[in-house]
Amino acid sequence: MSVIIVFLFVVAGFAGWWLSHQGLMSKPWLEQGLAGDVVALNRSTLPTAKIGLGVFLAVVGCLFALFTSAYFMRMAVPDWQPLPLPRLLWLNTGVLVLSSIALQCTSVAARRGQIDTVRLGLATAGLTALAFLIGQLMAWRQLTADGYLLASNPANSFFYLITGIHGLHILGGLVGLGRTTTSAWTGARPERVRLGVELCAMYWHFLLFVWLAIFALLAGWAATFVDICRLLLT
Amino acid sequence: MVDITPADGIPPAEVAEVELYHPHSWWTKYIFSQDAKVIAVQYSATATGIGLVALVLSWLMRLQLGFPGTFNFITPEAYYQFITMHGMIMVIYLLTALFLGGFGNYLIPLMVGARDMVFPYVNMLSYWIYLLAVLVLVSSFFAPGGPTGAGWTLYPPQAIMSGTPGGQDWGIILMLSSLILFIIGFTMGGLNYVVTVLQGRTRGMTMMRLPLTVWGIFTATVMALLAFPALFVASVMMLLDRVLGTSFFMPAISELGQQLAHNGGSPILFQHLFWFFGHPEVYIVALPAFGIVSDLISTHARKNIFGYRMMVWAIVGIGALSFVVWAHHMYVSGMHPYFGFFFATTTLIIAIPTAIKVYNWVLTLWRGDIHLTIPMLFALAFIVTFVNGGLTGLFLGNVVVDVPLSDTMFVVAHFHMVMGVAPILVVFGAIYHWYPKVTGRMLDETLGRFHFWVTFLGAYLIFFPMHYLGLMGVPRRYAELTDMTIMTESARHLNSFISIMAFIVGFAQMVFLFNLIWSIRHGREAGGNPWRATTLEWQTPQTPPAHGNFGKNLPIVYRWAYDYSVPGAKEDFIPQNMPGSFGPSREPT
Ligand code: HEM
Ligand SMILES: [Cu+2]
Repeated sequence: MSVIIVFLFVVAGFAGWWLSHQGLMSKPWLEQGLAGDVVALNRSTLPTAKIGLGVFLAVVGCLFALFTSAYFMRMAVPDWQPLPLPRLLWLNTGVLVLSSIALQCTSVAARRGQIDTVRLGLATAGLTALAFLIGQLMAWRQLTADGYLLASNPANSFFYLITGIHGLHILGGLVGLGRTTTSAWTGARPERVRLGVELCAMYWHFLLFVWLAIFALLAGWAATFVDICRLLLT
Repeated sequence: MVDITPADGIPPAEVAEVELYHPHSWWTKYIFSQDAKVIAVQYSATATGIGLVALVLSWLMRLQLGFPGTFNFITPEAYYQFITMHGMIMVIYLLTALFLGGFGNYLIPLMVGARDMVFPYVNMLSYWIYLLAVLVLVSSFFAPGGPTGAGWTLYPPQAIMSGTPGGQDWGIILMLSSLILFIIGFTMGGLNYVVTVLQGRTRGMTMMRLPLTVWGIFTATVMALLAFPALFVASVMMLLDRVLGTSFFMPAISELGQQLAHNGGSPILFQHLFWFFGHPEVYIVALPAFGIVSDLISTHARKNIFGYRMMVWAIVGIGALSFVVWAHHMYVSGMHPYFGFFFATTTLIIAIPTAIKVYNWVLTLWRGDIHLTIPMLFALAFIVTFVNGGLTGLFLGNVVVDVPLSDTMFVVAHFHMVMGVAPILVVFGAIYHWYPKVTGRMLDETLGRFHFWVTFLGAYLIFFPMHYLGLMGVPRRYAELTDMTIMTESARHLNSFISIMAFIVGFAQMVFLFNLIWSIRHGREAGGNPWRATTLEWQTPQTPPAHGNFGKNLPIVYRWAYDYSVPGAKEDFIPQNMPGSFGPSREPT
């Protein structure tokens, strides 16, 4: 459970930083405003939707941290046999990186108000993300064809489970991306489009980060890394 | 989506009118409503409905325990199913949904001075997914093999084996699916509660001016958002074990002489995941109760809350600490003694902020102008019950005491006191307190007092004797104990007595339900602020508050929520949105 504890420490760090700006030491019982007084709230100036997405990503991060914790604990049992990862996953990783880059460019274009580039970027991001999903499905088929079935070893079970959940998150993101794309094509207000694009980019970068982390986990590098840390600590 | 983009931390005085969602028909106004107040009522009604099922199940269990052998339809299998569904419903589908989905939805926007939640559409979805989760849960009663009987902790391997009711039938599948749905729905609602507190506060409402109710619900929601994923992970993995034959949790095991295909899985892994959620869950229902009870006490004792800052710190501190104590539920799982020592220590440390809160409630009452209204009675009863349950928690937090008491009736008594009865008492107090705001009418006073006394004394008479049974060694989760030597004559009488009390308490709840329904039409008119309270929900132009909560302008907040009996002020309360400086102890203006 150490991974999730580390994750929670990070969340607690954010929470502590935020709390430290909320005047926890103030004495509200002495404060009495007169008519016309307006006090600053220390509220974030980010759009509410971004804050909402940020909180949601914390929950998603928690979910994957827990899967990782479970992975490490289950891995310690002797029946664990790591499975050879299909090479295709490298290609998929590249495609997902492209998708993220496309959205980053789109969000720059949206800031500059270049609606044509925005449309192009959104379409590219959507197609590459779809390509990633198809690639993942093909990797699954390759593995099953080679006899690495879901239930035949816990390493396999975790592989299908974690990549599956990650894929579902991408799929959910595609719904949001689809809505933003429609709004870019039907001429919604530019601020709306821009906000939508920025939200998508944020989500995409996060899922790319998660994918890199679980790729490292499934390939066994994460375990090596943890072992090195343990050696250094003891 | 209501998009509020403030400049330099000072929010705009008003959110542009176009951004507020408006219902267009009867359907979107009362059924598929995006108004947090309607969603709150929907959540509360659904939670109460399913809670009644859990109440009936507790009667059935008590019938069996109090009068063993008399009721043939309660087979041991049925008894396990009753326990499981009772526990799961009470903890998750009733208390969590009611405190966060019900009270959270109603009170957060009103108390922070917002027109609605920040993502009303997602908020509406949250309710409908919750309803779906409840329906899936209920459907398991009608599925072949009936609901699961694995215990509310659903420990594998037994949970998905044929010896457990529902293990190889539909029961466990429906239970896990329902939990997964619940968590998805809750996450949608939870995002709203958190972000509304972060971003939806009106002018002048700093975090340190929030009523403690909001602090409690806010912190509990943050905890729930981080804890429920653990249950989600555990449920998904167990579902795969059961349906697709993986071995996440299932060790090599044989059943009816046959070796199962599972191999190597770790039941302990499940316990870690479950309790990583399960312990914070205790505080997810306790923190909103803490917050609400602080407001009830302050309002009905006409005195400011003692140590507001300390109360806020304690809420946050308890929330953080409760993530590092989970393994105190696993002392008997064969863990390393140093682990046990670590978790016993963190468990006992939580007692400190909790005790601070109790002191502060008592000191708030000290020399207050205590009005023994029904909400106040429930608040007082909560303090007593919570202290009682908390003390036995200190016993059980120690490894040496817990090991012999584990899985006895002592544990059942402890957790019912601390997370069953105590929060439920707050729920009742809160309903008597806010019902006038929701409906515009008061609940009937006589029926209310009857309900209070029977519930409070009755609950004590049910659960206090269970401590003795537990100390005698009576185990929990046993359908039939008659032949055991520990079941002495007196223990059996005590069991019958407890069962009779359970029926009486249950009957009092029917009176309460009647009161709830009857008073909608026949209660005394309440007016806008019957308790003369300071918080914003009592200052709305209409009662019940109209769509958009506040009239043309959002209120501006000038003070904290606890200006009661301020010397020099005209009234004994000063609403949060009243400007001006009062009282000799304050800076003169
Ligand atoms: C009328 C009030 C209630 C009565 C009479 C009652 C009675 C019982 C009984 C007889 C058991 C089973 C004991 C055993 O054999 O192990 C039980 C278990 C349980 N109850 Fe209650 N209960 C009540 C209210 C509540 C409430 C409000 C909660 C909310 C937290 C709650 C949560 C639980 C839990 C979590 C279990 C454990 C289930 C399990 O062992 O899997 N109960 N209750
Ligand atoms: Cu606990």
